[in-house]
Amino acid sequence: MSTYLVYTAGGVLLYALGTYGLLARPHLIHKVISANFMGSGVFLILIGLGNRSPESGPDPVPQAMVLTGIVVTVALTALGLAIVKRYYTATGLDNLDDKPSAGGDR
Amino acid sequence: MGDRRRFPALLPLLASGGVLAFVGRAVLALPPTASGLAVEMRDGAKASGIKNVVTAVLLDFRGYDTLLEIAVLMLATVAVLSLREDPAALSRRIAGRAGPVLGALTRTLAPLMILVAGHLVWVGSSEPGGAFQGGAVLGAAGILMVLSGYAQPAWAGRRMVRWVLTVGLLAFIGVALYPMLGGGSLLQYPDESRKNLILFIEILLTLSIGASILSLFLASASATAGGERP
Repeated sequence: MSTYLVYTAGGVLLYALGTYGLLARPHLIHKVISANFMGSGVFLILIGLGNRSPESGPDPVPQAMVLTGIVVTVALTALGLAIVKRYYTATGLDNLDDKPSAGGDR
Repeated sequence: MGDRRRFPALLPLLASGGVLAFVGRAVLALPPTASGLAVEMRDGAKASGIKNVVTAVLLDFRGYDTLLEIAVLMLATVAVLSLREDPAALSRRIAGRAGPVLGALTRTLAPLMILVAGHLVWVGSSEPGGAFQGGAVLGAAGILMVLSGYAQPAWAGRRMVRWVLTVGLLAFIGVALYPMLGGGSLLQYPDESRKNLILFIEILLTLSIGASILSLFLASASATAGGERP
């Protein structure tokens, strides 16, 4: 098994995990974290697939794309957290189960 | 976690399993070796005078992506700033808490971090580094200073902060549009000043990225705690 496949498979796994978390977890912060998981998975896939040429070395284009993506992820995370916080102060809820989760939801 | 919760989790499980299968299949179907663009990029970077290939890709070959990315960062900053609700004073809350150790550490680290940020931007044209790395370090220096109770200096008023936040994007748009005056196309840097223009954009971008990271932090910290108006 070549090295690039390890990274790529890890990325695919992270992406699938993130998909599950985003859909299944009612807690809003879990959803933000899951979106981050998905982003990291995409980055790993891009970096892994960019390293498939033993003779010419890693491809710089996916690296630049990942660098771009990291900044966009930071923006997404900050905006997501701000919206979650605003939602919490407006409704007192931190999840989509329509009840305050006082330690019950894990 | 009763049955009520466990049952609907079946659908997300199917969805993520499906994603796993499809993306995994797609990835496995790719050829194990691919030449990529490494050689072309290295030659192109040599011709453009930017020795660090990733920087050359970011600001030269794929400058449009980076321009839009900065716009996304600015949009997110504006959105987060407009979502904050109680712009009281974060520094007032924190000021009493910073002990002598944190203060001394910050006095040592903050100037060093600003220096490192400048260094990262400068070496970005030839070695790993660049506006994003420098901006992240600059933003972290700002966050450290805020957390150790340093007050916002008087010259950093709201108008100043807004200018610093947007100067990178404005300069980038300006440089991108300038060649069109002479009949060129968007982001077609003139060959003789290519390197200087890229460095100019990078320096201003570093300031803006640092400022927006700090603003994102301060604005989201303010929602329940009260925060300095960035």
